[in-house]
Amino acid sequence: MRAMVEAHGIVNRFGAQVVHDGLDMVAYEGEVFGIVGGSGSGKSVLLRTILGLQRPQAGEVKLEGRDITHLSWDELRAAKAGYGVTFQQGALYTSLTVLQNIQLPMLEHLALPPDALDALARLKLAIVGLPADSAAKYPSQLSGGMVKRAALARSLALDPQLLFLDEPTAGLDPISAAAFDALLMALQKDLALTVVMITHDLDTIFRTCNRVGVIVDRRMVSGTVGEIVDHPHPWIREYFHGERALRFGGRYGA
Amino acid sequence: MHLSAEAVDGRLTLHLRGEWRASTVAAIRAELAALPLAGINEIAIDPGGAERLDLSGAWQLREFLDVAARRNLRVGFVGEPPAQLALIDRIREQAAAEAQARPAADRDESPVATVGRRVVGQWRGMHDGLDFLGRVTAQAARAGGSLRRLRITSIARHVYDTGITAIPIVALIAFLISVIIAYMSAQQLRNFGAEIYVVDLVTIGVLRELGVLLTAVIVAGRSGSAFAAELGAMKLNEEVDALTATGVEPVEVLVLPRVLGLVIALPLLTVIADGVGLAGGALLCKWLLDIPLIQYFARVDDAISSTTFWAGMIKAPVFAVLIATAGTYRGLQVRGSSRELGRLTTVAVVQAIFLVILADALFAVLFMEIDF
Repeated sequence: MRAMVEAHGIVNRFGAQVVHDGLDMVAYEGEVFGIVGGSGSGKSVLLRTILGLQRPQAGEVKLEGRDITHLSWDELRAAKAGYGVTFQQGALYTSLTVLQNIQLPMLEHLALPPDALDALARLKLAIVGLPADSAAKYPSQLSGGMVKRAALARSLALDPQLLFLDEPTAGLDPISAAAFDALLMALQKDLALTVVMITHDLDTIFRTCNRVGVIVDRRMVSGTVGEIVDHPHPWIREYFHGERALRFGGRYGA
Repeated sequence: MHLSAEAVDGRLTLHLRGEWRASTVAAIRAELAALPLAGINEIAIDPGGAERLDLSGAWQLREFLDVAARRNLRVGFVGEPPAQLALIDRIREQAAAEAQARPAADRDESPVATVGRRVVGQWRGMHDGLDFLGRVTAQAARAGGSLRRLRITSIARHVYDTGITAIPIVALIAFLISVIIAYMSAQQLRNFGAEIYVVDLVTIGVLRELGVLLTAVIVAGRSGSAFAAELGAMKLNEEVDALTATGVEPVEVLVLPRVLGLVIALPLLTVIADGVGLAGGALLCKWLLDIPLIQYFARVDDAISSTTFWAGMIKAPVFAVLIATAGTYRGLQVRGSSRELGRLTTVAVVQAIFLVILADALFAVLFMEIDF
C-alpha cells in the first residue's frame, strides 16, 4: 500500500503549551482515515500542519512521498492542486456564488474557456447532490448541510486524489449527517479517493472509516477501527465505551 | 500527447494515452478539437492506454462523444467503456430529471419593475435610517436614568480608541494646515503690506472652521470606518443576534457607548487641534514674517471675539453624533458576505464625511443669520 500522507515526529508548541510531541501518522492510498481526539488535543493543528498552514517545530510531513517543507514555490503549487480541503465552517467565499466558489480553484490551476468551467463546476455541484439552482446562490443563502456539500464540491474542483475534511458532519442533524456520509462513501469509491478526516461523530467513524488515529497524550495511536475500539488507553475506552457510546445500545462496542 | 489517431477507410481509431486529468484537460481539449473528422463515419475509442482518467478527463471524453453524436458518427469502445463515463452519465441524468421537476427560475424583470424596486428600496432605506436614529435617541433617553445602562467602562474605551489614540495625527494635520494657511495668506497680504492680518486669518480660520472640520474628517475616516467594520464583523459572526437573544439591546451596548464616547472625544480633539493650529501659526509668523510671539498673541486676542472659539466647538458634538451614527448604522446593516462588510464600511465613511460637511454648511448659514 502506498502512503499518501505521512507525518513523522511532529512537534507543535505554542509558548509553554505542547500540543504534539513526536506525533506520527500515516494514511494509505484508497482508505478513509479518521482523526479523533478530545477538544484541544490538536486535531485541527495537525491538519493545519499537514496542509502547510502551520510550520511544526520539528518533524516532517510528506504528501505522496514528497516532503512538503522542501518544495519550490511551483512544486508546492502543483502539490496543492493535488488535494482538496474542506474547513470546519465550510470557509466558502461569501462574496462569490456557489458556482464561482467551485470555479475559483479551476480558474487558478486550469486554462479552460468559461463554458467548459461552467460545465465542470455544474458537474461537481451535481455529484455532491446539490440542486442546479443552488449554483447562483450565495453562501449566506444556504443551509448548514448545503454549505458542507458546497464546500465538498469546491474541494473536488480539481479532481484531487486526496481529500482532507475537518469535521464534515459537525452541526448536521443525524439524518443529514448519514446522507453526507453516504455521499462521501460513494464518492470515495467512485473516484478512488484517499480521505483524511477529523471527526467527533461516532456514527461517521463506524460508517466510513477504515482506520482511525486517536490523538492522546500528544501522540497518535492508530489502527483499524476494530483495533482502536479495543485499545486499553483510558480516554479511548471512555470515548468508545463510555455512557455516550453505550446509549447506542452497545452498537459499537466489542 | 494524450491520444493517437489512425484513420482507415472512414474508421477512426483513437488510442487514449497519458494522464486524462483536470490539469491536462485544456491540452486534451485542443487535441480533440484538432482531430480530422471529415470523411469519418465511425469512431473506435481505445481507453486502455490512459494511465489515469479522472472526472474532468471523463467529462472531456463525454463532450467529444456528444460532438461525434451530433455529426451522426457511430462510436464504439475497444473493450469496456471507462467506469468514470458511466458516473458522468448517471450524474447528468439525475441533474436533467431534477431540472424537469423544478419550475424555471424567474425571468429578467422589466425596466419599470427595476425603477419601482429602486424607489421602494430608497424609501425603505430612509425609513430604516430614521428608525435607527429614533431607537438610538430612545435608548439614550432610557440610559440617562441609570448609570449601569450608560456603560461607563465601554464609553471610556471608545474615548480612548477614538480620542486619545487620534491625538498625534490630529495634531500633525492641524499644525500643517495652519502653516499652509499662514504661508499662502502671507504671500497675498504682503502685496498690501497687511501681513499682520495673517494672524487674524489663521486664528479665525482655525478656531471657527478648520480645527473642528478637519478633526471631524479625520475621525470619520479613522473611527467611522472602525465602527462600521467592528459591528459588521460582529453581525456576520451572529454576535449581534446573540446579544438580542440574551435580552440585551444591541443599540444600548454597541451603538450608544460609541456615540457618547465620540461625543466626548471629538470636542477634546478639537481643543487640541485648535491649540496646535494656533501654535503652528505662531511659529510660521515668527520664522517667516518676523512677528514676535508676544505681538502674535496680542493680535490673536484682538482678532477673536467671545464667540469665535465656541462657534467651532459647538459643532464638534454634532459632528460626533453624525459620524458615530453613520458608522454604527451601516455596520449593523451588514449581512451575508464579506463584500457587504467592505461596501458598507465605505458607505459609512463617505456618508459621515458628507454629513459633516453638510452640517458645517448649515452651521455657517445659521451663524451668519444670528450674527454669532
